Amino acid sequence: MLRFVAIFLACLTVSLPVPAQQADAPIQQVLQSHRDILLESSRRTIGPAIDTLANSGLPAAQDVLERWQTKDMWFNEDSGLFVYAEEIDRDTLRIFDFANGSEIGIVPDDDFDQLKPNSGIRSMIGTALVQFQLSDPDRDTRVAALNAIERGAEKSHLAALRDSIPTESDEALLQRKMRLERLLTIRFGETDAARIEAIKSFAGDLGVDVRAALNPLVAVRLEAAAALPDAPDIGRTLVPGSEALSRHDAYALLVDDGLAKPRISRDNQRTALIENIEDGQVAGIRVATLDSQSARDLAYAALAEQGTVDAVATAAEVEERLANHVFYERYIGAPPEVVAAAQLALGAIENKVAVNRAFDLGLDALSLASIYFLAAIGLAITFGVMGVINMAHGEFIMMGAYTGYVVQLFIPDYTLSIMVAIPLAFAVTFGAGVAMERLVIRWLYHRPLETLLATFGISIALQQIAKNIFGTQARPLTAPGWLDGSWVINDIVSISYIRIAIFGLALLFLALILFVMNRTRLGLEVRAVTQNPRMAASMGINPDKINMLTFGFGSGIAGIAGVAIGLYAKVTSEMGSDYIVQSFMTVVVGGVGNIWGTLLGATMVGTLQKGIEWLNPSNTLAAQTYMILFVILFIQFRPRGIIALKGRAAEA
Amino acid sequence: MTDAAFPRRQPIALRFPSVMIFLAILALFTVGVTILSEGFGIGVISTSFVKTLGKTLCLCLVALAMDLVWGYCGILSLGHMAFFGLGGYAIGMWLMYARTEIIVLESLAAAPLPPTPQEVSDGIASQIFGVVGAAEFPPIWAFAHSLPLQLAAVVLVPGLLALVFGWLAFRSRVTGVYLSILTQAMTLALSLHLFQNDSGLRGNNGLSGLQNLPGQSDISQDIVSLWFFWASAVALGLGYLLCAWVVSGKFGSVIRAIRDDEARVRFLGYPVEAFKLAVFTLTAVIAGIAGALYYPQAGIINPAEVAPIASIYLAVWVAIGGRGRLYGAVIGAAFVSLLSTWFTGGQAPDIGLGFYTINWVDWWTVLLGLSFVCVTLFAPKGIGGLVDLLVDRHSLDRHGADLGPDQGALREQEAEK
Repeated sequence: MLRFVAIFLACLTVSLPVPAQQADAPIQQVLQSHRDILLESSRRTIGPAIDTLANSGLPAAQDVLERWQTKDMWFNEDSGLFVYAEEIDRDTLRIFDFANGSEIGIVPDDDFDQLKPNSGIRSMIGTALVQFQLSDPDRDTRVAALNAIERGAEKSHLAALRDSIPTESDEALLQRKMRLERLLTIRFGETDAARIEAIKSFAGDLGVDVRAALNPLVAVRLEAAAALPDAPDIGRTLVPGSEALSRHDAYALLVDDGLAKPRISRDNQRTALIENIEDGQVAGIRVATLDSQSARDLAYAALAEQGTVDAVATAAEVEERLANHVFYERYIGAPPEVVAAAQLALGAIENKVAVNRAFDLGLDALSLASIYFLAAIGLAITFGVMGVINMAHGEFIMMGAYTGYVVQLFIPDYTLSIMVAIPLAFAVTFGAGVAMERLVIRWLYHRPLETLLATFGISIALQQIAKNIFGTQARPLTAPGWLDGSWVINDIVSISYIRIAIFGLALLFLALILFVMNRTRLGLEVRAVTQNPRMAASMGINPDKINMLTFGFGSGIAGIAGVAIGLYAKVTSEMGSDYIVQSFMTVVVGGVGNIWGTLLGATMVGTLQKGIEWLNPSNTLAAQTYMILFVILFIQFRPRGIIALKGRAAEA
Repeated sequence: MTDAAFPRRQPIALRFPSVMIFLAILALFTVGVTILSEGFGIGVISTSFVKTLGKTLCLCLVALAMDLVWGYCGILSLGHMAFFGLGGYAIGMWLMYARTEIIVLESLAAAPLPPTPQEVSDGIASQIFGVVGAAEFPPIWAFAHSLPLQLAAVVLVPGLLALVFGWLAFRSRVTGVYLSILTQAMTLALSLHLFQNDSGLRGNNGLSGLQNLPGQSDISQDIVSLWFFWASAVALGLGYLLCAWVVSGKFGSVIRAIRDDEARVRFLGYPVEAFKLAVFTLTAVIAGIAGALYYPQAGIINPAEVAPIASIYLAVWVAIGGRGRLYGAVIGAAFVSLLSTWFTGGQAPDIGLGFYTINWVDWWTVLLGLSFVCVTLFAPKGIGGLVDLLVDRHSLDRHGADLGPDQGALREQEAEK
């Protein structure tokens, strides 16, 4: 105390221009008690100063920390007191007292040293500041503090968080704080019982943060010993050579622990041998004979016997060492009881995650199925109902997509342009389909193989024309803004709106086609012409016209499907050929001549592809390969598809 | 039918004058190209064009196979280029392995210690598979060190695949367009599989450097190209003889009958499936051999070569040439593929329309597609049909009588003979 009085006196006497400052204010005393480390400003030693300040409970502590962090804290060399200051210009400061925030005066900065905490210290100060910000009246500050805790939690945050919960007024923030409090309890809880309690409270929670908090608890360290120790923190034992622990890694562990002699890699062995070549010989063995691994092992062993190189383990020794040791995992993240609770909770979470993944996969499969359905449904009409193989179907899909692209060039509003593009795509491909039917297909109704070839010719011509007009690069077909984003159900299950829209479109088409085929005059005539064209003609139906309209209808639907597919994938001249084989397989698997069959076929092909992708993730090529193989096998057992037409209709 | 009209003892060449004519033309062509080549002749034809001609002969061979399976047996296979590609991959594996082995041995010979077998193998593997990030031989390369085994694979791999696939397809009575789509699915699956980097065949990169014969690096490509040209010509000649022999006898009659009415042949007691399987497998083997001769001349093989579109082009060649006659397939393949080379090689003059210039590199495919449609519609006999005009062959007048069932059968064309 005497010292402070002396300084106070010195202050009064020496630096007169500086008005009185509360040198014995509690905050100043705290600062003074850590003056040396504050001035040293080293990340290694600064900890106690920050802790004392943060835990002092003084109202000015937050202010000090903030000013310090922003490099506004200065040290008066004359008085030995800490102040904060604003720089008026290069040489002049306006200084303030921490104790009450009152201005002390404007002084030249000759006697003042600025405290310049480095970035490491600033982040430590930031962490300490969080506890003040948690109860800050400003909501944004509180949110920022919570974000900071989520990024890097400290043990001290737990108490601060608990303190701030009773005063929290915002309901959403309160929920967040309480959840965060439980998460922090898992990590820093004082007693094991409290931690286990917190762990149990998260049973079945799908949050990524929960798994992030639990996973470190069940962390393990691989250890080896001659016999399995009898301790509660021992996890599973591993057998060398199994999937979890390769023999190489197991032996490397023994070497690291000093339990075995090191082995030598082939490269090092070769280097050692080369270094010891003398007169064309290594340890008395001619170099020319060292063309096999066993000869090299012998030469190296001979060198080791001479003492030229370090002895290494032989294969037999490796074998023996591995056999004489047990390898086990030791839990290092937490005490055994907590580990057990964490494992239980993780197990429950994983089960729930698996269920949700399956659900998410189901949604994915459904959306892929609806894309295949859209691509195949036009084909189901031309191929399934009329029996005409149209290999240019994929190109009709492409034409529809390019129609959408061209429309968007002229109509910048995406919603409106899609509204225009859908009927226009239908019109364009309907026209193309009718033209193709009139010009080519009607001459080939009795020669299905040649229909297939002729439409192939049209397909490659159309594809090349598209390439010549639009170029080879992919063109965008942009979805309206309200289709952006996705519907997020939880951390695992989500589906983009565009896929929902495609699903809805597929359902709409299904309803439309069922209605047209079963409830309208056109549908009746189509079915009549399909079953028996001559009889239909005698009843006053014009088979030519019906065939033309049916083919146009099927092609038009392909055009609309093209717009839908273009929204979700890029528009290229080859997009049609990407779907044609899958579309045919969808129709064939489902059963030719049946709309419901196409639906089932699309569901099966889509589910199958997603299922295989799930078994072999990140490899869609393999998924497609296996899917095709499966379909080839499936045709063996149900050559006429899932729903096979029976009786006379099957012969038509 | 020709069989009935001639006694059996007569040699095949006499019964089918077209075989003799074809072989004579092929021999003349081969001698002519040799004389004009850079390797042994006066150097009018460049080496690269000799290669193009050699490749064309291989394409003619695979077109022969396609004609046998489609034109004679009625199976429109859209997967025969898969067998062609498999043959190419089989020989390519040996070519690449053997050549890399020589390079690796040379580089290791400079090392102070003689290399161990493991080091050699690791060196070759990292050279070949470094590009797909692997450094070990996949199991399918187990026989790549041996030329005889890989030559056996040229025949066996396509043959076995065709046997298994055909057996599965034919026993469940998959016919017509369904079979076409199924074969297309097969070749799509194969190409998708090969596109993967872990397929063991270098994924997208394919096998390259196949034009260099291992251990013959001092022989110039002028000579090597002629060797392959001769081999291709011999293979085409032998293949033509084989196909002519197959379609000439009773076997040929049965497969044509299957094409025209499968059910009727089955009711007559013939094992239709066995016949189809035999033709399918035989043609797959021929396609494999053609591929094994083609790709060393092309120099590179990658999965795009077995994409479905390649097999469709094969069908296009045969259709344009005229299916159901062997020389038709050869004419079609040679004509269309050479024309295609000419157009896409940028040699064809552009046509200026004032407002737009038709650049044939871009528009050739359109022309091909549309002319193919026209051939299908207006000239189902293809170019080979011109021969009928030449030899003044007329169709029978059936006075409008019904020709029988027509599910994809070539009844009109057949009845006309």
